[in-house]
Amino acid sequence: MDAKQIIAKRIAKELKDGNLVNLGIGIPTIVANYIPSDVEVFLQSENGIIGLGPLADDTNIDYNLTNPSGQYATVLEHGMFFDTSLSFMMIRGGHLDVTVLGALEVDQEGSIASWIIPGKLVPGMGGSMDLVTGAKKVIIATTHMNKEESKIKEKCSLPLTGYKKANLIVTELAVMEVRSDGLYLIERHPDVSIEEIIKKTDAKLKYDQVRLMEV
Amino acid sequence: MNKWIDKKAFQKLIKEGQSIMVGGFLTCGTPELLIDYIVETNIGNLTIICNDAGYPNKGVGKLIANHQVKKLIATHIGTNPDAGKLMSEGSLEVELIPQGTFIEQIRAKGGGLGGILTPTGLHTPVEIGKQKITIDGKEYIVAEAFGADLAIINGYYSDHLGNLTYSGTARNFNPMMATAADKVVALIHEEVENIDPEHVITPHVFVDFILGGAI
Repeated sequence: MDAKQIIAKRIAKELKDGNLVNLGIGIPTIVANYIPSDVEVFLQSENGIIGLGPLADDTNIDYNLTNPSGQYATVLEHGMFFDTSLSFMMIRGGHLDVTVLGALEVDQEGSIASWIIPGKLVPGMGGSMDLVTGAKKVIIATTHMNKEESKIKEKCSLPLTGYKKANLIVTELAVMEVRSDGLYLIERHPDVSIEEIIKKTDAKLKYDQVRLMEV
Repeated sequence: MNKWIDKKAFQKLIKEGQSIMVGGFLTCGTPELLIDYIVETNIGNLTIICNDAGYPNKGVGKLIANHQVKKLIATHIGTNPDAGKLMSEGSLEVELIPQGTFIEQIRAKGGGLGGILTPTGLHTPVEIGKQKITIDGKEYIVAEAFGADLAIINGYYSDHLGNLTYSGTARNFNPMMATAADKVVALIHEEVENIDPEHVITPHVFVDFILGGAI
């Protein structure tokens, strides 16, 4: 199982029956593939849909129905459409149970950087700042390292998307929880030692009981 | 009352230096034909207010490629490399706003409010230069209302008065944008005799002109 699948599979376990969930672009999108069949989760997308279904194919394409990546998609039974204002009322107003987002950097206080690399890349924040501000639970889905550099920082160096907003960080090596007294390693990949994770993490990582990730 | 206009009459509404709000999320729900008509005019120095920069050959990306845009107010420009390139060259001014704030600023304008208070963007670059207000012990950023000289929106069904429905996720920013511009032009898919009053999303009072040709 590759890194992205490990991360997505682990995050799916965080979703509870009846949750309203927004999955961001990239690894978070894959989480949908791992939601257990006995857990009913409502997927919300900021472009105005609850009940986002699989991508459309040649037989069911509707040019007025896309996912938040702009790909033609489908809507499930009992799904519905709404405008952007209502969409962000859900997101910002505390009606969204979980948001899963990627990040360029995330730090031990839960601050997140994901929308700009000054001088290099300026995609913009889109809906991400509202998502991390309003969701009850913010889960960051990211690979542990970017080449040789840890993405889990003591303090983010890039401009922030959200200040102290992340609750849980899931990488292919570890699951880390942001608590009031610091960042805790709560699960590790069975083939990776605590020492190796600490070595690959720029943040100060605390731990008491470390369980094994299901991979 | 006849709100139907043709291409020529529409093009007469476009003026050098004006601000134009454009509906759509990654071009889904963008009145593509009206963009083509604006491209034909070659009228420039426009301020475009749209969720994103579209793609190089789709949506407002066509106006950017034709060098008609002086300033773009958006939430995300990552899907159009041209926009990023022109921005770093200094020939395109880009203002990035969180998506949930962007839509509420437009809604505020449409509803006669001076602005809105949002927690989104606190302790990020978004708060720089912004007024902040504390209510009940919680801090908020003041986001001032804004509208445009012209809004071009994308509807689905319309009656002859301009009562509108939308289709799928193409609804997105369109209903709010219809409330916040001096003149509003709706590109529609089909004119129908009557729309069930329960199904009207945008009441005709917000629509000044109608053209056909939407997907």
